[in-house]
Amino acid sequence: MASFQGKKINPKRFHVSQIKFYVFLLPLAVFMILPIIYIFSTAFKPAEELFKFPPSFFVVNPTWENYKSLFELMAGTSVPATRYLFNSVVVTALTMIISILLSVSAGYVLSKKKFKGQKLLFEINTLALMFVPIAVTIPRFIIIVNLGLTDRFISNILPIVAMPVGLFLIKQFIDQVPDALLEAARMDGASELQILFKIIIPSVRPAIATVAIMSFQSAWGNVEASVYYINNESLKTFAYYITTFSSASTSSITQGVTAASALIMFLPNLIIFIVMQSKVMDTMAHSGIK
Amino acid sequence: MENVNVSEGTPEDVQDTAQESVQDVQPVPEKQKKCKLKFRRGTPEQGDMHTVSEPKRSKIGGKKSAVTTAILILPYMLAFFVFIVLPVILAGVLSFTDFNSISAPKFNGFNNYIRLFTEDEVFMQKVIPNTLLFSLIAGPVGYFLSFFLAWMLAQVPKLPRTILALCLYAPSLTAGVAMQVVWTAIFSGDSNGYLNAILLKMGVISEAVQWLQSGDYLMPIMIMVTIWSSMGIGFLSMLSGILNIDPQLYEAAYMDGMKNRFQEIIHVTMPSIKPQMLFGAVMAVVNTFQAGAIGVELSGSNPTPNYNGQLIINHIQDYGYIRYEMGYAAAISVVLLLIIYILSKVIGRLLNSKDE
Repeated sequence: MASFQGKKINPKRFHVSQIKFYVFLLPLAVFMILPIIYIFSTAFKPAEELFKFPPSFFVVNPTWENYKSLFELMAGTSVPATRYLFNSVVVTALTMIISILLSVSAGYVLSKKKFKGQKLLFEINTLALMFVPIAVTIPRFIIIVNLGLTDRFISNILPIVAMPVGLFLIKQFIDQVPDALLEAARMDGASELQILFKIIIPSVRPAIATVAIMSFQSAWGNVEASVYYINNESLKTFAYYITTFSSASTSSITQGVTAASALIMFLPNLIIFIVMQSKVMDTMAHSGIK
Repeated sequence: MENVNVSEGTPEDVQDTAQESVQDVQPVPEKQKKCKLKFRRGTPEQGDMHTVSEPKRSKIGGKKSAVTTAILILPYMLAFFVFIVLPVILAGVLSFTDFNSISAPKFNGFNNYIRLFTEDEVFMQKVIPNTLLFSLIAGPVGYFLSFFLAWMLAQVPKLPRTILALCLYAPSLTAGVAMQVVWTAIFSGDSNGYLNAILLKMGVISEAVQWLQSGDYLMPIMIMVTIWSSMGIGFLSMLSGILNIDPQLYEAAYMDGMKNRFQEIIHVTMPSIKPQMLFGAVMAVVNTFQAGAIGVELSGSNPTPNYNGQLIINHIQDYGYIRYEMGYAAAISVVLLLIIYILSKVIGRLLNSKDE
């Protein structure tokens, strides 16, 4: 009888006892999501709706006008909006790939190899979980200058590829992979690289998906490099491009364009989360890693 | 086995070469995915490799594995030390200097710190109280809300859970512009702002309120927006932690005389997901301080109106990039990093003591 209580976690179907949770969760979720809906709605508002009084929450006559002006705004100049967007896509893709590869290989070593200073390295990394990049933009800038990385496309990527949180998560997951499995693989003549790609990576997919989401977020919204390290407009990112007009003026074009670009900044985050996160939750529930 | 060195070297190369090597990195995962050797876990039937490598292992194995270890860990560590550890050290060094970013830094001892704590009125009277108020409310509220929402979500079936979790998580994805667009529209100071329009219509106020420019409202709004966006990665971590608790633990606890849901949370749920809770706590601290730019983003100016939304982060940027007093700004950075470090340690203690 008492054990009945325990089955409440992760239930299979609806039960009357769950109503109290819905009563709390539903209104809160609606409240949380309203501003998000507003981002979608505003991005498609024509100019007269943007400045209507009283303001309307939902768009009445949706239009692509704002997107048109966003891409027409700079179309004639040497650096059109599409260039910034292209840069952002490349920067984000490369950052994700590199930071996942770095975290997995370093996580594997920190988890499964024995060497001097190994514990220390992991402790330093754990300490760095508290790292707040925004606090050290100045010394970072000095380092970038001294490495000769100013005005290089790569300075969009390099400063953010090492993610202490990513390494931490992945290392904790690799800890769960039994040593015996790796030993058996070595006996069969598997190289370290094969172990990494055939055993480690498949076993830690949930952590990798999580790291992918996090590195996507940090790269896609990153303006640090464009603001401080890069002067050449054609190497800057879309996130930066938006900041140039969002604070500038309140003309109707700017307002619409800002709303449109806000959606461009937000939507990929949402999509990649939906795609990856369902996998994270699924894999976590069924992976049996304890 | 030969492609060990070839492909693993590439991420490292990125460090010193520029654009061209960016192109080189992409093929790496492709190449490795196509790695032909099929490999079943724990089954010793791959005879071909078996016989070849066995005798060699004893001789070269140790040395080779040390090299592989180094190759695997170096790229991460290089990026980590250059862009995370070194900046922190450099901030520490610069904090003892007078540096305007044009002439070379001049050593000036503890002057920056002395000035910060004795002469900087804005820092002591506005920035520190603001930061404490902001972080002591936004941080813990966001954290405990994350935990309880995760706990509740774990008790509804999968489909509604996924949808609700998405609604709660989505705000944490709105950094920068998206956040700015929404909340400045809602709290806009003219009668076109949503809040003003609603309140005017209801007759609560008679003229538009300058929400984001006012000393009374900016801080509460900053706290609210931060809490709104705080169901992030820590929240997800706790959610999956709770979902993965072994149901037998609950059964055993109820057998042992546990009576209600509250005891269940304290004695089963929280201890079982302690690693996730600690992780969530560190994330909460970091996110709270990382969110420090929010006052400037909402009000549109640094310093914020009358310094009412001024947090440490804004103070650093004010001195670093507006006044070019880099040494002084570095000293503020060091104070900030210390605050974060101490807070995280205290939280770690609290979580650990709860367990005993």
